Parts: sequence; structure tokens; C-alpha cells
Amino acid sequence: MALTIEEYNHLLQTAKKLRHEIVEITMKAGGAHIGGGLSVLDILVTLYFKYLNIDPEKPDAPDRDRLVLSKGHAAIAYAPVLAERGFFDKKLLDDFNKFKSPFGMHPDANKIPGCDASTGSLGHGLPIATGMALGARLQEKKFRTYCIVGDGELNEGSNWEAAMTGAHYKLTNLTVFVDRNMQMIDGPVEEIMGLEPLSDKWKAFGWDVLEINGNDIQQVANAIEKAQQATEKPVVIIAKTVKGYGVDFMEDKTQWHYGSLDSELAEKAHHSIDAVYEKLGI
Amino acid sequence: MSKEITGTTWTVYDANTLTQNEIYGRVLCELGEKHPEIVGLSADLAKSTKIGIFQEKFPDRFINVGIAEQNMFGIAAGMARTGLLPFVSTMAAFTSMRAAEQVRTDICYQNLNVKIIATHGGVSFGSAGTTHHATEDIAIMRSFANMTVIVPADGIETANAVRAAVDWPGPVYIRTGRGFEPNYYQKEDYGFEIGKSVLVREGTDITIIATGITVLQAAEAADFLKKNHGLSVRVINMHTIKPLDEEAVMKAVTETRRIITFEEHNVIGGLGTAVADVIAQSGKGCAFTKVGFPDVYSEVGYPEDLYAYYKLDANGIIEKVQEVMQKDFEEDENWEDEF
Repeated sequence: MALTIEEYNHLLQTAKKLRHEIVEITMKAGGAHIGGGLSVLDILVTLYFKYLNIDPEKPDAPDRDRLVLSKGHAAIAYAPVLAERGFFDKKLLDDFNKFKSPFGMHPDANKIPGCDASTGSLGHGLPIATGMALGARLQEKKFRTYCIVGDGELNEGSNWEAAMTGAHYKLTNLTVFVDRNMQMIDGPVEEIMGLEPLSDKWKAFGWDVLEINGNDIQQVANAIEKAQQATEKPVVIIAKTVKGYGVDFMEDKTQWHYGSLDSELAEKAHHSIDAVYEKLGI
Repeated sequence: MSKEITGTTWTVYDANTLTQNEIYGRVLCELGEKHPEIVGLSADLAKSTKIGIFQEKFPDRFINVGIAEQNMFGIAAGMARTGLLPFVSTMAAFTSMRAAEQVRTDICYQNLNVKIIATHGGVSFGSAGTTHHATEDIAIMRSFANMTVIVPADGIETANAVRAAVDWPGPVYIRTGRGFEPNYYQKEDYGFEIGKSVLVREGTDITIIATGITVLQAAEAADFLKKNHGLSVRVINMHTIKPLDEEAVMKAVTETRRIITFEEHNVIGGLGTAVADVIAQSGKGCAFTKVGFPDVYSEVGYPEDLYAYYKLDANGIIEKVQEVMQKDFEEDENWEDEF
């Protein structure tokens, strides 16, 4: 297994803590893309607290690993992760979504230390990450680039343009996660615009595909380590996740793509999160 | 009354001379020697846009993404984020429209150091038709915050613009033609500076503010009007549309009090609109007319035939100058009451 028991428990504890924070920030902000934030959180936590070669003291270090959160609406998960990792004071998140805050519904690389790309308009992140991977290759730098795309986002054709490029240039220093939570704004992905057979699509585009449970941190870690060994093809990790993971009344619900919480609902959410992690022994 | 300028010669004869885009390809090669951070990108148009010359010289610093402009501009943004200086080249129509959002959000929003050389501007790819014409690109590009917009008069000026862009911070859009346009300038040392217009003809009766290929036409028209009609026509080469040389515009307002803008672009949103904004905000009276494409989709044909048809050649501007000269631009000469 990729993670020791201690590492695994540490990542679980971090994910639990951040799930609680996401609920709090969503309540204070008056609303957020909480469903997609909770689905992708375990991938973010595993990357930021175990694998990314980054230094919060030097957020612009030229040789740092890059992460492009192409599903930029998951800023509600991304911003607390960066704060927890030490890039900035967590207190700043009290103003999430508020006037002149650096933190809105979508991340802004000009305003958020540690954020590698401004994203939000879907289908933009993978080309940017591809450019970063090419930039590393051309400058003979060792850093790796990770990109997280939403599954609904894969409706945008620009992803497939970049997928072609990644395979053509054999960008083994690029790893893509698909947060396969099966939901988009208007309904289930497969009903609105079907992607299956998704794995075959990526394979046909020249990628190696790993399929995992993206809310299982051990599986996420195993997949990252496998992707780091790539020598011929770039790797995409199709991470099956649950939209709203950890909050029982949100799970798999289209209507929790974007939602707001009053104190009563937030309380229920906190209880639900505690129950989930209790089962995991945390 | 007007001078006969026929243009078919442009396409037929000048194809063998050093063209606008070939010059930029060579300049980019020179710059590539000094700047190892420069990389070239193309979307299956390396040959047409002449960035292929850079590819031949620096094969390891060139990325062809295939026919995928949105992807290309996103990749350029990512490369810039790693410290590279991408020069991206494709046709103006595909830069400004197909990939407009990537240019705006991935590059301009993040104020990244990406230089764009957009070829086949205006109707310079005449017979390719409207899909390949770009008569809206200046309006689109100048509306993006952080973007600098340059429309060189010819190949010599394109070379100057490409050199200047390397040292100019942030995104730069350089709009060229197809490459078969005749040169106005003979040499490069006439004082090109981003954001500063160039006086092409001194004059006191009326000012033509031209950009791109219209500079040569405006100069020829000014010479003809001087010789045959005794008119003193000032011609300004407004190669930078953004930031606009407002000082030169206001100088023309106060000194000639008649202005015509002249561009190979829709009259909505381009050079003419930029100049009109400056005049309107000044509160000073001035006779003013915009010459460009009317708000229609362009016909198919050789560029020179299209320029003649849409009156975007020397003959067209001569007619327009005479028309504006006959207008009374105001009742009195007293400006004190105008603001």
C-alpha cells in the first residue's frame, strides 16, 4: 500500500477537519458548490498533504509541482485545503464570496497564494496543465503537473483537444483526475450528456487509465504512485466519487451542486461527517 | 478626380518578395537566439503563418497542437506560467473568435506574458471568404483588460512590433495581413514605439488616422490630394490601437479639426471607435468620419478587389476626404463654450 497507517490516518483526519470547515464556510458565505467540493476533497487532500512537492513559504518556486483545478467551482474545497497547507491565514476564508474577497466561487491565481491557475470556465484547465507539462519538458525540469477535471466538464471539447496533445507528446509528467461524481447542474451526467464508456474514450485517445474509488484515500494514493511511474503514456485516474460525500442528505443529489446551509442544516451536516469518520475509526 | 490605383499586382508580384509574415518569422528566429525562453506555437498553420521558420531553427522549442486553437491558447497560458515566453500564431479569425475565451480568461485575466501574432487579418485572405476574414478582431481584442493591440502597417513594422513585444509586459496581440501586402516603410529605424503613433505626412487641413494596410493607401491619397487639389492632409500611422496615442488624436483635433479614421475592420469597435471615444470625451468640436467595413459580412474576392469595392483603398479615402472637407464642422471658431 502506498500509505503507512500513520499517513493514512493523518490524511483521513485532515479530510474530516476540512469537511467540517467546508460546511462552516458554505454557511457563512451564503452558498457554495458544496456537492462537488465534497466529492473532490479526498483527491485534493491526498495530493496536497502527501504528494505535491510544494513549499507554502515559496508559492511561486519555479520547480514546484503544479495543480490545476479545472473544475474551478470546487474552490469551496480548494481554498480551505490551501489554507490548511499553510499558504495563507484560514481567517481570510470568513469572507468567502464577499465583496473584494480573494475567494469567490472560482479560484483566482492572481489573488490566492498557492493557486496555479485561475479556473472556473470549464474545459480550460486541461490545456493549461498540458502547457505546464510541456513547459517542464522544454525546460528539462522535473516537476509534475496534476489536473482535476469534473466529469460533466468533459462535455467541453477543449478537453479532448488537450487529451490528444498529452498523448501525442507523451506527457508522462502530467496526471489527470476525473472527479466522476456523476452529477451536473441539470441532472445526472449520463442523462444530460452521456460519457460512457469513459474509460474507453481516454484509452482511445492514447492514455493509460486507472479506475478507483476517489473518496478512498488509500486508493487515491496508490493511483498517484502508479501514475508517477508512467514512461510511455500520460495517465488519467477516473475517480468514482459521491457528490456531497460525507453529508448524508447531500449525497448523490443533483440539487446539492450548489447549495446553502442554515445553522440547523449545518448541524446535521456536521453530525453526518462525524458518523462517516467514526466508522473509519477517526 | 481620383487616382487610379489597381491592386491585383499585390498578389501576383509581391508574393516573391519578403512578405509581412516571413519577416516576423525571421525576426522571431533572431530573438530566439537571445531569448532561450521563447517558444513557438501553431495550430496546423506553421507554414501559412510563417512561424514555421522558427520551427525549422528551433525544433525543440516549437509545439504544433494540430487544429485546436482553444487548446493552443490554454497551453500557451500554462507554458507562460512555467516561465516560458510563448509566441502563438494562427489566423486572426480563429484567435479572436474560436479561442476568444481562452485568450481572455487564460491569458489576459492572468496577465500572462504571451505574444500573439494573428495573421490573415481583415480580408487579406480574400477568396477564402467570410469564415476566414477577420473584421471584428480589433474590437474583440481591445475589449480585453491587460491586452495590448498592435496593427502594423507592413512587414517592416511587424518586425519592429515583434521585437518591441518581447520587452513589453503582458499579453500582446499583433495583427498582420496574409503576408502579400506591399511595404510602406523601407527601413526599420523610423522610431517605432508601442503606444506612440508615427506621423506619416504633416498636414493642416484634415487628418487621416490609419492603421495596418491603410497607412500606405492614406499616404498615397495625401500625396495625390496635395498635388491635385492643394490640400494639406496629415496622415498618422496609429499602429497601436491599445493603448491609444491620445495625445496625437487631440493634436489633430486642435490643429486640423477634421479627422477621418481608416481601417481594415468593421467600423464598429475598432480604431474609429477608439478615436471617437477620445474626441467625445475631450468635449472639443471636430468633423469626424470612420472609414472601414460597413456592418456586413464581406464578399469573396482578391483582397485588392475587396478593398476597392468597400472603398478601403486610396481612391476611397480620397473621395471621403473631399466629402469631409466640404462639411461645415461648426458654426464658429470659438471653443471656449464647447466643454
